[in-house]
Amino acid sequence: MDSIISIKGLSKTYNSGFEALKTVDLEINRGEILALLGPNGAGKTTLISSICGIISPSSGSVTVDGFDIISDFRKTRSMIGLVPQELTLGAFDTVWGTVRFSRGLFGAKRDDAYLEQLLKDLSLFDKKDSEIRALSGGMKRRVLIAKALSHEPKVLFLDEPTAGVDVELRKDMWKIVNKLCNQGVTIILTTHYIEEAEEIAERVGVISNGELLLVEKKDELMESLGKKQLLIDLKEPVKKIPSILEKYNIELNEEGTQISYTYVVKDETADVSEVLHEITNSGLLLKDLKVEQSSLEDIFVDLVKEES
Amino acid sequence: MNLTAIKVIYFNEMLRFWKTLFQSVASPVISTALYFVVFGSAIGSRIENIEGVSYGLFIVPGLTMLSVLTQSISNASFGIFFPKFTGTIYELLSAPVSFYETLIGYVGAAATKSLILATIILATANLFVDLNIAHPFWMLGFLVLTCIAFSLFGFIIGLWADNFEKLQIIPLLIITPLVFLGGSFYSISMLPDLWQKVTLFNPVLYLVSGFRWSFFEVSDVSVGISLFMVFLFLAICIAIIAWMFRTGYKLKQ
Repeated sequence: MDSIISIKGLSKTYNSGFEALKTVDLEINRGEILALLGPNGAGKTTLISSICGIISPSSGSVTVDGFDIISDFRKTRSMIGLVPQELTLGAFDTVWGTVRFSRGLFGAKRDDAYLEQLLKDLSLFDKKDSEIRALSGGMKRRVLIAKALSHEPKVLFLDEPTAGVDVELRKDMWKIVNKLCNQGVTIILTTHYIEEAEEIAERVGVISNGELLLVEKKDELMESLGKKQLLIDLKEPVKKIPSILEKYNIELNEEGTQISYTYVVKDETADVSEVLHEITNSGLLLKDLKVEQSSLEDIFVDLVKEES
Repeated sequence: MNLTAIKVIYFNEMLRFWKTLFQSVASPVISTALYFVVFGSAIGSRIENIEGVSYGLFIVPGLTMLSVLTQSISNASFGIFFPKFTGTIYELLSAPVSFYETLIGYVGAAATKSLILATIILATANLFVDLNIAHPFWMLGFLVLTCIAFSLFGFIIGLWADNFEKLQIIPLLIITPLVFLGGSFYSISMLPDLWQKVTLFNPVLYLVSGFRWSFFEVSDVSVGISLFMVFLFLAICIAIIAWMFRTGYKLKQ
């Protein structure tokens, strides 16, 4: 697949001595939605800030569409839009003024029609002459998105875009993200809401302690690391699991009314039909059965726990 | 060169000036008028002419310099400090804009504001005294160079400062005393010998002296030296800024 951002051996140690990134390698594909997951202080923002030029990396290189972010910074930065985590806006600027400022700052020619449409898409148009300090938190977030999109970037970074945002705006935001994705914009977002990454991203990267633990297609990740649990309700409670079932990863609940068999989907050695067969042979009377799948959140928590 | 960016930074900064036009204009006009009432009329009427120039007239260049210096520094330092303080600097750092383009935008706007203020102050002064400028071209030259030099200096302070106190301390503790002691309101020939020599170490003396010469052809030091000192100050500021740019000083980690 064609990669738009190529990160090689990127590391960052702050002046304080804190090592925020330890040699990160990552290829970001053109047009994909990549979610970066990680606990607070994992290095997500440092990674984004290095690519955008806000901090200088200690070592390593990054190219955007083949251009180096340092020697060709004009080309790379004009391709990138960034929505920062904090609501950092000039309080006395008007919405229209600040969006036009951003477009100009990124060297794009004046195009009021485009900006007008952008504000309309973000439900900001009727606020265009309001001062930023008069806007609610959610509206400010929309303004930040408008600023990031003002110069029609090819790559959009969203740093925790849904932190402190109400349901409506969150839905709007994902609508916009999908629309941009359909237009071919590459989107990289960091989020704490794992269900969102699960819903929207094509690939998921997990960062912890400055290291990129893995980057995988979401479906493959769920498949390879995802566990399934087969839950079987028994007609009559039992005291213990029959001995022929002991070799399997089967547990009995406290009341003795339900047994559960946990297995990794991709594990070749797990044979569900064999287990089911053995359960029937063991003389247990089955009342009902269902299968539960682990969410990305469970996978994430397991990964980060393993790491620490 | 990202000309569009320079333009938007410049106009955005100028917009801030227009939005606070009343404060921006009223305060120098009022303080100039006060100086004229106190020094020009009340005390000045008891002071004899200095080198053939009436005292009220004599203080005009110094008074203008006082405002130009403090305003250039405060405009330029505030201009770059504020985005650092609010965090909006992220946008500037992530934009395809070089340090020098940022500098031209901010310093250009600060210098323009100072130039506008100087014009207003001179116009106000003209209401109190009959102002005749002997060398208008030189006057404008000195004024523009001083506006740029001290706006550059203000930009350096704005980058260096990480709190409001640091932002205020240099204009308050260094610049204002230097202006007062730099012969703004008197000729250094009125000082005892020793203090005359000490004053020669005050860079503001050269600015005021050259500027005053362009009005009345009266100066404490020769015009050539004044001009040299203005350029020297400009060169020092540019050198410091070039170093800051190279090292990313206080802007980038």
